[in-house]
Amino acid sequence: MPPDLEPQSVISDEITRLHAEARPGDPQPRLGFTAYRSSRLRYPTKDPRHADPEEVELAAPVFGHSDVDPLEADLTIQDGGTPVGERTVVTGRILDGDGRPVDHQLVEIWQANAAGRYVHMGDQHPAALDPHFTGVGRCLTDADGWYRFTTIKPGPYPWRNHRNAWRPAHIHFSLFGTEFTQRLITQMYFPGDPLFAFDPIYQSITDQSARDRLVATYDHDVSQHEWATGYRWDVVLTGSCATPMEDDDA
Amino acid sequence: MPEPLAPTPGQTVGPFFGFGLPYERGHELVPPATADSVRLHGTVYDGDGGPVPDALLELRQAAPDGTVPRVEGSLRRDGTVFTGWGRAATDPGGRYSFTTVAPGPTGPGSAAFFALVVFARGLLGRLFTRAYLPGAATDSDPFLATLTDDERTTLLVEPDADGLRFDVHLQGPRETVFVTFPGRRAR
Repeated sequence: MPPDLEPQSVISDEITRLHAEARPGDPQPRLGFTAYRSSRLRYPTKDPRHADPEEVELAAPVFGHSDVDPLEADLTIQDGGTPVGERTVVTGRILDGDGRPVDHQLVEIWQANAAGRYVHMGDQHPAALDPHFTGVGRCLTDADGWYRFTTIKPGPYPWRNHRNAWRPAHIHFSLFGTEFTQRLITQMYFPGDPLFAFDPIYQSITDQSARDRLVATYDHDVSQHEWATGYRWDVVLTGSCATPMEDDDA
Repeated sequence: MPEPLAPTPGQTVGPFFGFGLPYERGHELVPPATADSVRLHGTVYDGDGGPVPDALLELRQAAPDGTVPRVEGSLRRDGTVFTGWGRAATDPGGRYSFTTVAPGPTGPGSAAFFALVVFARGLLGRLFTRAYLPGAATDSDPFLATLTDDERTTLLVEPDADGLRFDVHLQGPRETVFVTFPGRRAR
């Protein structure tokens, strides 16, 4: 590691300071959460402008069975052999802000393998690649908004935000709602991860209850006998119609 | 009316989306040989004016007649269906491009635009913006009317030899105007 990386203590102090400055209850990450060093030149300094969404923004792209093969939802069968690690099922519902299911919509995931290594040439972490695991999956939600993946529980991995920086284990999720305005990319975490407190990306969400919404729940009813552990994680996508202040005829 | 459900927070797309999200012909809303195709292209810049080589843009648009397609087929394009949606990652120079057709306006009095959402390593949440086609309609568009001249300039595509140029400045003196929608907290 280069000697000039800052210690965890500097990052942790900055996380504490940024949390103290934050608006209570902010549901989204603070874009200028500079304890995540890569954010410093990549966040807008001006407030976004309010726009009335136009028709094109009120219509999410549509995906269907011509786009996604059902086999893409199982990341453990993609390369002709069984990947190493804890086989796990991750499932949940995609809802809008009014609790309506987002049905027949695309969900995409990508993740590191059990050793914490991505199939990406930019990942230089000296951990093993798994010839039987790409870490990429897709599915469509069903009529009630349910998605379901079978995968391998990812490992935590080091990165160079600061010295001895480790990302909590996570699965990247790409989500579409019923409107383009609901487009969301986020990360799902696993409960009880000891790295949460040290991670400036997770902590960029300054409200604890909002952070909790990215953490899946172990669900014994999802676990499968002699086969896989199970986690449940629901998603709420809000857009232009997710407020009681919205006109009924909008 | 019941309280709306609390939204799921976003997180950065991170550095490693390249093996998960881009896909073949994701940026080709129409085949390049299509007669009236245009290339919407540009560079994503950071606050120092440096290129952002690990950004991802998605495009949503109307057809030339102003209708908004609601059809599947974006992930496995068959070359005939116009889905009005595409995805492009930036290259090592921060450049992106879409091959598409110019959208028509979706309502009377509003100017035609490409709706864009931007993700990047280092960017902790999504950013929505609009790339407007230049023309007389931009003078009467109700949203553009709320902006200063400098702000408007950041949202207008510029015709050039390669098609239609639309650069995205995440930060800095030429920072792009990003939009939020009613029902979402300003941030």
